[in-house]
Amino acid sequence: MRQKLYGHLQALENEAIHVFREVAAQFERPALLFSGGKDSVVMAWAARKAFHPAPLPFPLLHIDTGHNFPETIEFRDRFVDEMGCELLVRYVQDSIDEGRVKEELGPEASRNALQTVTLLDALKELNVDAAMGGARRDEEKARAKERFFSHRDRFGQWDPKNQRPELWSLYNGRKNPGEHFRIFPLSNWTEMDVWQYIHLEEIPIPELYFAHEREVVRRNGVLLAHTEFIQALPEDEVSVETVRFRTIGDATCTGAFESDARSVEAVIRETAAARITERGGRSDDKRSEAAMEDRKRQGYF
Amino acid sequence: MSPGGTYAEMDLLRFTTAGSVDDGKSTLIGRLLHDTKSIFEDQMEQIEGASRKLGDEGINFALLTDGLRAEREQKITIDVAYRYFATPKRKFIIADTPGHVQYTRNMVTGASTAELAVILVDARKGVLTQSKRHAFITSLLGIPHIIVAVNKMDLVDYSEDVYEEIRADFRQFSTKLTVQDISYVPISALHGDNVVGWSDRMPWYEGGSLLHKLETVNVGARRNHIDFRFPVQYVVRPNQDFRGYAGTVASGSVSPGEEIVVLPSRFATTVRSVETFDGPREEALAGDSVVLTTEDEIDISRGDMLVRTKNVPVVGDRFEAYLCWMSEEPMEVDRPYQLFHTTQQVQAFVDRIEYRVDVDTLHREKANLLELNEIGRVEITTSRPLFFDSYRVNMATGSFVLVDPHSNVTIAAGMIRGEVSRVPEPAAEAEVTAVGSPVSPDVVWEEWNISRAEREEKNRHRAAMVWFTGMSGAGKTTIARKVERVLFERGIQTMLLEGDQVRHGLCGDLGFSDADRSENIRRVGEVAELFFEQGSVVICTFVSPFRADRQAVFERLPEGKVLEVFVDAPLDVLRARDPKGLYRKEDAGEIELSGSEAPYERPEEPDVAIDTSAIDVEKAVALVVARLEALL
Ligand SMILES: Nc1nc2c(ncn2[C@@H]2O[C@H](COP(=O)(O)OP(=O)(O)O)[C@@H](O)[C@H]2O)c(=O)[nH]1
Repeated sequence: MRQKLYGHLQALENEAIHVFREVAAQFERPALLFSGGKDSVVMAWAARKAFHPAPLPFPLLHIDTGHNFPETIEFRDRFVDEMGCELLVRYVQDSIDEGRVKEELGPEASRNALQTVTLLDALKELNVDAAMGGARRDEEKARAKERFFSHRDRFGQWDPKNQRPELWSLYNGRKNPGEHFRIFPLSNWTEMDVWQYIHLEEIPIPELYFAHEREVVRRNGVLLAHTEFIQALPEDEVSVETVRFRTIGDATCTGAFESDARSVEAVIRETAAARITERGGRSDDKRSEAAMEDRKRQGYF
Repeated sequence: MSPGGTYAEMDLLRFTTAGSVDDGKSTLIGRLLHDTKSIFEDQMEQIEGASRKLGDEGINFALLTDGLRAEREQKITIDVAYRYFATPKRKFIIADTPGHVQYTRNMVTGASTAELAVILVDARKGVLTQSKRHAFITSLLGIPHIIVAVNKMDLVDYSEDVYEEIRADFRQFSTKLTVQDISYVPISALHGDNVVGWSDRMPWYEGGSLLHKLETVNVGARRNHIDFRFPVQYVVRPNQDFRGYAGTVASGSVSPGEEIVVLPSRFATTVRSVETFDGPREEALAGDSVVLTTEDEIDISRGDMLVRTKNVPVVGDRFEAYLCWMSEEPMEVDRPYQLFHTTQQVQAFVDRIEYRVDVDTLHREKANLLELNEIGRVEITTSRPLFFDSYRVNMATGSFVLVDPHSNVTIAAGMIRGEVSRVPEPAAEAEVTAVGSPVSPDVVWEEWNISRAEREEKNRHRAAMVWFTGMSGAGKTTIARKVERVLFERGIQTMLLEGDQVRHGLCGDLGFSDADRSENIRRVGEVAELFFEQGSVVICTFVSPFRADRQAVFERLPEGKVLEVFVDAPLDVLRARDPKGLYRKEDAGEIELSGSEAPYERPEEPDVAIDTSAIDVEKAVALVVARLEALL
């Protein structure tokens, strides 16, 4: 028998597995939102455990902003292949081409906000009634009050005043036609828990999370990868640094930071000593203090 | 520290905080997070900035925990928020719930998963109605530990008298509750006194800091480790050759080879294997998410429950329960609701409201309906039978929620007391439930007619339990008998329970399989608790090979009432002594003894450890008596 987890990590995994099984039992068409980032990887990993030896009873769904690090997409395809699960991809570019959304312009342009429309369209098209996300309550203040089962109305909106109380481990997934749920199986995990789990379970994650040399643009104190999606402004400093990412979303707004942590162990040591939150490097959160809350109301994760 | 080391082995404590508005709850949580270095620099900058915007002086820790905009504007917390921090010993999840009159529902929600409640009391105001309400809800929800944090000690000159008065008040009130363990700590959340470290501004206070208490309290006391219940959550069937039942062990434990029955069909079968992604296991314990396979092909589906042949829950469609109403729309008798219980969803009616509890005075009132934030005792009928235990005995199979079939919103939280007709009318005015001993599920626990406190007063000593564990021949009984004699001669009321004795009567039907050994100890625990409640020093001498069984017995008693004595000697000495000829029988293959072949799990931290090959009996007796005196 192989048992690597103990104590609180085992408890968190048990809790997540319980939630996945409730989702599979209570909903008709769940989907697991998968970006290739570490939280969604951990989520998919734990989900597979919930149904073993059967395959995952739901597909993975990636909302692709088009502004990816190539490493992420390569990783995504390899991971999905190894897990033997189904992957669906929907593109923000398609929403733009169809005129459903307007591309932001200018050097600060990001497709993060546009994702919401593509996501809601995809959920509708695929009739998804439960979309699982890897968001954690420790990430951000507005998330601290999220439920495991978070109800969304017909417009995909979240109403913080009208949340269902969630007691013991009884999850209420009842809804009316057209409504859906966002499910957060990793609600009680912290960034440290995620890294420890990756370490103990030997879960593969994209190389971007580890220190590497990269050309970066320094803007408003945030280091952004110098990619085709980012136009350097005259006042931006461009240089090559040894950096890694703590989150890997849209390449236009995901901040890198200087680090020489090249292994999971090194990342854990660094995380233990970290003095900045994970999302601290995301320029989209910095736009306003209540930024996250506003985006959540509109249906963002 | 290796990265996979200490952190990966920490345990988890979920606790909730309760206090009235402005008692300093947010400040306390902010302080805990800050002093345990769980606040990041960018968060700190954000709240420093926001503090200035709102015109606060210095840093307003409360902003850390106030997440939503409406609350920031109204300066109130309106929901349950979860916070995380870790120390090298433990990971903590805080369910932060507000103390407004109208938010009982939030506190109930936050308390439903908590193992401990921190109740804040403002030192200047003392024990208010709200504090009592918080304590009542804590008790109703079966939280085994309360820490009363007397805050704002800086505003009362760190006065011992003020603190002692509040402590006495709270203690008096709490006799009406059945929380097992209440402790007190004087703090200043604002200045950090006694929050993380001990404060020299209150030299008269000798207990540990709040964090110290949080780090050392027993976890797992809420779980029932005895009665195996496995609500089937999902059937895993990848192909014709594999059929498994996925679920979380709600209570008790299960191993391959054990006989089980399926509810409601009552088919009996045997557990073939306990499967996980990481390979088959020899055992699954309460809280584990696993897949069970059975020897026989029988029809089992979601909503069924797997239990042990000789230990089944109540199967019934009528029961009594406490209900906390959580919706703006009042509860109505004879309206259909949807009821969620374990993995079952059924239709349910509330047949009648027995009474409503005034959460401030704990008085009962006649009522025809329950409104938002009201708690009442009701009778419920369901469209199909549920498999339930009383909440006190088994939180996982005694809890349910009601859902409005039209809006689909969760509108009530329920705690089952027992079957309708079989619940005797409680005598006490303020009868309140709490988790405790695993009594037979269809019996509802009532307060003792004469309380232990009264009996202890009459006896002029406190009750306690001394538990001798160790392998056969180690010398447990010899020491225990002498200990009892010494106590008896000092006028202490005692009772001695011995392994061989109960095997002839109480447990005469049991053999020596692992399951039977566990059951043996469970029964002994029951009896020992009775003697304890009757005010005796109850001395038990049992091999009791399994740590979990011993732990389960100890957890029945309030903390600090048990002395675990481990009596040991090297195996060759035991064999040479062999007072009952047991080792000889074992060698002849007639029996299996704990310790030599069958497993014996040594206590990790016994209160007294005696090696009888090293010290003589008199010395051992003196050692035990000396340790025991402190408890009496
Ligand atoms: N002097 C003093 N003030 C405190 C203490 N704890 C909290 N406060 C103040 O009491 C007020 C209310 O505190 P807050 O944490 O917002 O209370 P909550 O409503 O319970 O969350 C704030 O002005 C705090 O600064 C304390 O230990 N001493």
